[in-house]
Amino acid sequence: MLNYDLVIIGGGPAGLAAAISAKDNGIDSILILERDKELGGILNQCIHNGFGLHTFKEELTGPEYAERFIKEVLGRKIEYKLNTMVMDLGKDKTVTAMNREDGLIQIKAKAVILAMGCRERSRGALNIPGFRPAGIYSAGTAQRLVNREGFMPGKEVVILGSGDIGLIMARRMTLEGAKVKVVAELMPYSGGLKRNIVQCLDDFGIPLKLRHTVVDIEGRDRVKAVTIAEVDENNKPIKGTEERYECDTLLLSCGLLPENELSRSAGVDLSPVTSGPIVNDSLETNIPGIFACGNVLHVHDLVDYVSKESTTAGENAAKYILSFNENDSPDRVVKINTENGVRYSVPAFVRPDKMADNLTVRFRVGNVYKNVNLCVYANDTLLQKLPKKIMAPGEMEQIILIKNKLNEVSDLNTITIKIEEA
Amino acid sequence: METRELNCIVCPMGCPITVTLENGEVTSVTGNTCPRGEKYAKQEVVAPIRSVTSTVKVLGGEWPTVACKTKTEIPKGKIFEVMDALKGVSVDAPVNIGDVIIENVAGTNVNIIATSNVKAC
Repeated sequence: MLNYDLVIIGGGPAGLAAAISAKDNGIDSILILERDKELGGILNQCIHNGFGLHTFKEELTGPEYAERFIKEVLGRKIEYKLNTMVMDLGKDKTVTAMNREDGLIQIKAKAVILAMGCRERSRGALNIPGFRPAGIYSAGTAQRLVNREGFMPGKEVVILGSGDIGLIMARRMTLEGAKVKVVAELMPYSGGLKRNIVQCLDDFGIPLKLRHTVVDIEGRDRVKAVTIAEVDENNKPIKGTEERYECDTLLLSCGLLPENELSRSAGVDLSPVTSGPIVNDSLETNIPGIFACGNVLHVHDLVDYVSKESTTAGENAAKYILSFNENDSPDRVVKINTENGVRYSVPAFVRPDKMADNLTVRFRVGNVYKNVNLCVYANDTLLQKLPKKIMAPGEMEQIILIKNKLNEVSDLNTITIKIEEA
Repeated sequence: METRELNCIVCPMGCPITVTLENGEVTSVTGNTCPRGEKYAKQEVVAPIRSVTSTVKVLGGEWPTVACKTKTEIPKGKIFEVMDALKGVSVDAPVNIGDVIIENVAGTNVNIIATSNVKAC
């Protein structure tokens, strides 16, 4: 059995930022476990630019952004194991992992940071009718094939879902000579950033069909054609609106799901809304000493926010390791309710006595809202009212909760974040 | 007078911008929430520019490709000329971030530089 103060599961942007921050906050015994053959996670295949505008005030590509954090990790001599798959996480913070050099290893940790990221919703999860030929890929798989492995998955492409990876891949495949015929999106709005609609679709004349879905896939061995149709208000295809596109490839960009098998086996409580752990203001789960950050916690739109959130997780894990005392009485916690279009919040609970002076709360909304007020209540007292020109499901929102203001409210028992008419 | 509706692509905010032009000259920019948006809008209606990110082949590396980009933006109309120039180009491992892969690509006076590290194997 190996012993470390802190084990971080995942060496992507979340794990890297958490490791740096834990080290800088006084923890020397840190181990990062990464299943791929290099650090950096999915950023390594995101060769497009637009990363780091908040963090570095310049526009970087994914690998460049990752490299800045990898350098910091290496400079601090933080230990890591590559090609290492974590098999199990126990409630007692015992991590079971496996790789070719060490075989099966067990690591006892004082604290664990979950930083496993997320994965794409698959065809199986989407229930698309039709044959099951070759040529159907998730957008992220196609991205890995084109950008890292160096080959093209197809020549004529239909994309279902307008998430950012799908939009980015529409442009990427076009640049590499493929014909992207259409992007179909079930929702009445795109799940991706506006800038990506402009520079990935509009720039190349690729049509985006909102309120459309795939109703048939043809081809026994290889995709031959895909039929899309408009959907009604219940998302059911409308007869007579079918359009058939001959193609050899269908890419799926239909949302991301936090990857929480390990969390679940450890007994971490998960949110039915985000599929990620339910955490308090220190990003700690229901199991003391197990923290979560990045896309395993909730799916982010910008890596900059992942890095920020993970820095907080690293700092809090360090605090936990340095000051843990099992005789401490449990903390007073207050739930954050989310209503009127606010789907969830991270954190879901705050500890009014221990929270940061200015606590960043991140959330997403369930629809497109224009000219509304974002309101924060402590019990029934209105604490903040922020006018918002636009809020959309594709974009993560945040507000800052101020500790002093919350603690001025007597008998604080709930905090509510909601959208109100302006 | 002509007006153009744009979505800013400078950052993920994606501000809706309205530009008015008179005889091809920009007379007003509204809707942007930062100075970079104004700069983008003025450029976009007169001579749009874009960065190109792609990959080229690597020989003898632990990966078969290395990521690369135009060091600065190039005219939007030159995107496919840049892509053509990248075809058939290969570099020897190791490659490091910032290494120049092609100088003055497609006559744009902009270099193609590596954006990932590929170790030799």
